[in-house]
Amino acid sequence: MADTAIHHAEHGHHSSTGLSNNKLGMWLFLGSECLLFGGLISTYMIYRGRVGEGPRPGNVYDIPFTSVSSFVLLMSSLTMVLAVAAAQKRDDRGTTLWLTVTGLLGATFVGGQVYEFTAMYNEGLGYTTSLFGSAFYTLTGFHGVHVTVGVIMLLSLVGIIKRSNVPGDKAEVVELVGLYWHFVDVVWIIIFTLVYLIPA
Amino acid sequence: MTMTTAEHSDHASQDEHADHGLSIAGYVKVAAILAALTGLEVATYFVDFGPFFMPVLLTLMCVKFFIVVSYFMHLKFDNKIFSFMFYAGLFLAIGVYAAALATFKFFSA
Repeated sequence: MADTAIHHAEHGHHSSTGLSNNKLGMWLFLGSECLLFGGLISTYMIYRGRVGEGPRPGNVYDIPFTSVSSFVLLMSSLTMVLAVAAAQKRDDRGTTLWLTVTGLLGATFVGGQVYEFTAMYNEGLGYTTSLFGSAFYTLTGFHGVHVTVGVIMLLSLVGIIKRSNVPGDKAEVVELVGLYWHFVDVVWIIIFTLVYLIPA
Repeated sequence: MTMTTAEHSDHASQDEHADHGLSIAGYVKVAAILAALTGLEVATYFVDFGPFFMPVLLTLMCVKFFIVVSYFMHLKFDNKIFSFMFYAGLFLAIGVYAAALATFKFFSA
């Protein structure tokens, strides 16, 4: 029993709850991210009707295009889960394959957002055009930055796994990155409904 | 009562399977369900749902949210402390921002 305690202490796998510190920390972080996005979404909901002289939401949103983007992000959640499953089976090749696919799907989503923002700007909706514009770009921009950070994490992890440099338990590291990625997808589920589908 | 090595191994792998979540086929089915629900959400843009528009959209949003959190994020299969961490933050956010929106008379506008 003393040997087991020493083993756990050396590897830092567990806290006094018997759970992984890393995983506990990630869930706490995601809980705090709920507060961040809650604030941004609430601000958007308050200001979405404040269009001033600028275009209205219905004039700038391209629902079919955004629907395809949403589907791409949703499928990236599936590929992320497949990456986690491969990591748990100690299948490095499968893990790196699915992580790469997830990263590419995420990059596709971000590319779609960039295209969308460009199109909206060309239609007259700038960051300072109206309160609606500011709130919209801040909310979706913050989400886009989170996705971009996620893509960087995913592709970095692919490189780290290929160089066999993963610190600690590889399956857990992949799982933690997966938790972040799924959260980003979950936030988009809310944004897509409240921002795009529900008319102002 | 003693178990044979094979029975013990099957029992352990079933438990391990339960701890690790769904099978690959299970995850693909969940993804298909999410895709179908997304399709239904998008349909509300093209088809007039009348008075059911908002309830349908909000319900679909919540269902998709909980499916991703429970199955893809493994919360359903993990220790309840993780669920507490996440839902505490989530419901705190909902409570605080519902109060903020009420201050701006959002719900009575």
